[in-house]
Amino acid sequence: MKCYIGIDLGSTTTKAVLMDADMEVLGQGITNSRSNYETAAAVAKQEAHIGARLTLFRRGLGDAVAGKNVDELMEDLELNIRLEQFLEQLEDLRATCASHIRDGQMGVLEALTEVFERINAEAPGMFQRGARRRSDFFRDIAGSRVMYIGEEVAKTAGVSFETLLNLYDKSIIDVENRPPEGDIAAKYRRALHRVVESDAHLKVDEKIAQEAMRKAVEMELEETYVVGTGYGRVTLPFPKEHIRSEILCHGLGAHMMYPETRTVLDIGGQDTKAIQVDPRGIVENFQMNDRCAAGCGRYLGYIADEMNMGLHELGPMAMKATKSVRINSTCTVFAGAELRDRLALGEKREDILAGLHRAIILRAMSIISRSGGVTEQFTFTGGVANNEAAVKELRKLIHENYGDITININPASIYTGALGAAAFARRAVENGAGETAA
Amino acid sequence: MSTATERDEVVKEPSMLKQKEMIADNYDRLTRAQELGLKVSSTYVPGNLNELVMCFDMLNNLPEINAIQNGMRKKSGALIMDAEKMGHSEDVCTYVKADIGNMAKGAIAPNGKPMPVPDLLLLSYTGCFTFMKWFELLRDQYGCRTVMLHVPYEGDGKITQNMRDYVVKQLKEEVIPTFEEVSGVKFDIDRLREYLRKSAEAEDNFVWVLESAKSRPSPIDAYFGGVFYIGPIFTAFRGTDDAVEYYEILRKEIEGRLAAGEGPVTPEGDMSEEKYRLVVEGPPNWTSFRDFWKMFYDEGAVVVASTYTKVGGVYDYDGFRHDPDRPLESLADYCLGCYTNRNLPTRVDMIEGYIDQYRADGFLVNSIKSCNSFSAGQLMMMREVEKRTGKPAAFIETDLVDPRYFSPANVKNRLESYFQMIEQKRRGGGPPARAA
Repeated sequence: MKCYIGIDLGSTTTKAVLMDADMEVLGQGITNSRSNYETAAAVAKQEAHIGARLTLFRRGLGDAVAGKNVDELMEDLELNIRLEQFLEQLEDLRATCASHIRDGQMGVLEALTEVFERINAEAPGMFQRGARRRSDFFRDIAGSRVMYIGEEVAKTAGVSFETLLNLYDKSIIDVENRPPEGDIAAKYRRALHRVVESDAHLKVDEKIAQEAMRKAVEMELEETYVVGTGYGRVTLPFPKEHIRSEILCHGLGAHMMYPETRTVLDIGGQDTKAIQVDPRGIVENFQMNDRCAAGCGRYLGYIADEMNMGLHELGPMAMKATKSVRINSTCTVFAGAELRDRLALGEKREDILAGLHRAIILRAMSIISRSGGVTEQFTFTGGVANNEAAVKELRKLIHENYGDITININPASIYTGALGAAAFARRAVENGAGETAA
Repeated sequence: MSTATERDEVVKEPSMLKQKEMIADNYDRLTRAQELGLKVSSTYVPGNLNELVMCFDMLNNLPEINAIQNGMRKKSGALIMDAEKMGHSEDVCTYVKADIGNMAKGAIAPNGKPMPVPDLLLLSYTGCFTFMKWFELLRDQYGCRTVMLHVPYEGDGKITQNMRDYVVKQLKEEVIPTFEEVSGVKFDIDRLREYLRKSAEAEDNFVWVLESAKSRPSPIDAYFGGVFYIGPIFTAFRGTDDAVEYYEILRKEIEGRLAAGEGPVTPEGDMSEEKYRLVVEGPPNWTSFRDFWKMFYDEGAVVVASTYTKVGGVYDYDGFRHDPDRPLESLADYCLGCYTNRNLPTRVDMIEGYIDQYRADGFLVNSIKSCNSFSAGQLMMMREVEKRTGKPAAFIETDLVDPRYFSPANVKNRLESYFQMIEQKRRGGGPPARAA
C-alpha cells in the first residue's frame, strides 16, 4: 500500500508518522536524536513501522476478538514487541561490551555477564502494563540499569565499577546506532503467541490472529513520499522539495488534530513557537524565540540534570507545590545558578519547580502575544505539552489573558510536526510532485 | 550604507568597480589628511550635510561607515568586546562599540592606515539619541570642536515651516560660522548651489534605479544590492562629479538588465528565478551579510523595496530633491525627512505604498537589537501593514555589527518558514486535510 511519511528531526527527539492514502495515521515512532540525525530518522521510521503493522493487524482482526478485549490485546502485544526489541538490543550491548574486555580480565567478564543477566531477568517487569519507565529510549533504560546494577555487582565481585561503566560508554553509541536485525515477522509471531497464552481471558483464536498478523506483516508498505521537518531537517538525505519548515508542519498537524485551532503553541527542545493558522491550517503568522533558547525544553532538561531527576519527573514534582517561587531568569546558562540561589534561600524544590514552569510559560505568553494573541481555539504541542505542571500554568495564564478559550492538548502532541509533514507528503503527491520515494 | 569593498566579491559590475575606487580614494585622502593639509569633519549618515562640508574644503568622515566596514571584514566582534571591556554595556549600539573599540586600537582605516583625528564633530541629525552620546564620547576622546544641529522629529508626519526655519536658523547661526572658524574658509552660497545641483542630478538617477524594481522580474535587489546603490548618495560623495558619474553608470547597467529581462546580480552571479518579491524594513546584518543575502537568493526571494535605503534620506516617497534654488531650506528638509525621523504612521504608509506599487508578495522586518530608532514600534507597524495589505508578514531578529547576535540556523529557519508560508498562501493550501 502507498504510505506517506513525515519525519520531524527535533533537537532532542526525532519523530516519524506513517500515513495511508486516506490520511489515516498508521503508525508513529520516536527516538532520541543523538548526534546521528540519519540514524535517528531511520530508527524513528522503523518505530512507526511497528505501529503501522499493529494498526494493520488490528484492522485485519475485524470482529474476531470481542470489542472490549481488543484494546487490552493490542496494548499487551505492543509491550511484548517492545520487550523483544529491548532484549535484542540488550544482547547486542552485552556482546559489544564483552568484545572490549581485554584478554585475561575474567573477573570483569563475569561481572558484566552477571549485570546483563540481571537486567534481562527484570526486563519483562519493565514492559508490563502500568509499569513506569524513566524513558522509552533504549539508551536511557539500559544506561540507568547498568549504572544501578553495575554498582552492586562491582562491589560484590570486587571489580572496579568504573571499568564496567567504561565498557558501557564505549559500546552504547555503536549499539543504539545499529538498526535491529533478524526475522521481524518471527518476532511479531512470537509476541502474539506469548500474549495469546498469557491473556487467556481475552479468548483470542490464535489461528485467526496469526493469520491476521501474517497478512499485516507481509503487506508491503511503500514509501511513496517522505517529507522531513524539524531543527535538523537540512541534514536529512532528502532533496529540497522533501523538506518543510517545522512551523508549517506544526500548524498543519495541529489543524489536523483539531480543525478549529487558530493558535498553536509549540515548545520544543530549543524553540518556542507561536503560530497562527487559518481555517485550512495555513500559517498566517508566527513568532519564535531568537537564538537564545531560554525557557525551552532544553532548559527543563538542564534543570532535571541539576536536580538529578528524570525530565518526566519534573512536572509531577512541581504539581506538589504549595506556592510558586518567583524565577527571574529562564536563561538556560543560568538555570543551575538560579536553582541553587533559591535552594540556598531555603525554598522547597517543588515550589521552585512550580516557579520555573511558570517562568517558561510566561515567556511563551510573550511570544504568543507577539504573534497576535489568542482569539479562538488554542492547541499546545511539543515535548513540553506532556508536562502537567507546564500545562497547568498555561491554562491559567491563557484564561487570565484571553478569557474562556478552548485549549487542546493531544496525548500524541509530540507527533504534531511529523503529522503535518506526513500530510504535506500526501499533498505533494496529490499536487503531482511525482511519486518519488526519498 | 555600504560599499563595494568586500574583498572577495565574485561579480564586479563597472558601477561596483567605480564605487570601490571612490571609497579607496576617500580613505586614502582621509588617512593622508594631515599630509595633504586637509581638515576633517566627522558626521553621521542620516541627514548628513556633505555638500556643506565640501564648501569648506573639508573631508567627511563617517564613523558608522567605518563600523560597517569593520563588520563586513569580520573585525567588529573583537572591537565590540574590547569596548565592553572598557565598560560599555552589552545593550549599547554596536556601531558605537565597534567605533570605540577601533579607536582604542589606533582607529585603523580599511586601508590599514590610521584615521585622522577629526577637527570638527558635526551632529546634523538628532533623530537618533545615541548619535549624541556617541559624539560626546568622541569629543571626550579627541577634545575637538563640536557643532550640533537640532532636528525636530516629524511627530505629526510633516515638516512645518516653523521646523524648517528653526533648522535653517541653526545652519546660519551655528553650523556655518563654526565651519568657517575651523576651516578658515569663507562660506560661499553659490558653491553650495553648484554642489546641490549635482546632488539632485545623481538623486534623479538613484531614484530611477530604485524604481526599476517595479518591473517583473526586478533587475535589482533593493536591499542587499540596495546598500551598494546608496553608498555614494548617503556618504561623502553626494554633490561630487564622481557621484553623478556613478549613478549614470549604474543606471545604464540597470537599463541593460531591464531590457534583457534579467534579475538582480548576486555575489554568485545572476539570480535565476524570481519567486518571492518582498518589502523589507530595517537595516541588514553586516557581519554575515553574504550568508544573509544567500538565504534570500537561494530561495528565489528578491527585495523590491526597502526602508533601509531611505535611512540617509527619503527621495521617492514625497519626491524630495536637493534644490540649488533653496539651498539651506532643502538641506533642512533633507535632515528633517530622513526615514527614522518620520513618525510611525508615515512609515506604515510608505511601506503600504511600496507593497502596492512594487507588487510585493510580503513584508519582512529585520529587527535590529542595537538600533532603537529603527526597532521601536516595528511589531505594531507590521501588524498594521498586514491588516492594510492582506500580505503575509514576518519578523526576524539580528544585529548590525555584533556577530554574536546573528544566529544563522534561527534566521534561516524563520526565512524558509516565511517563504513556504507565502507559497502555501498562494496555492490556497491545497486540498483540505482530514482529521487524524
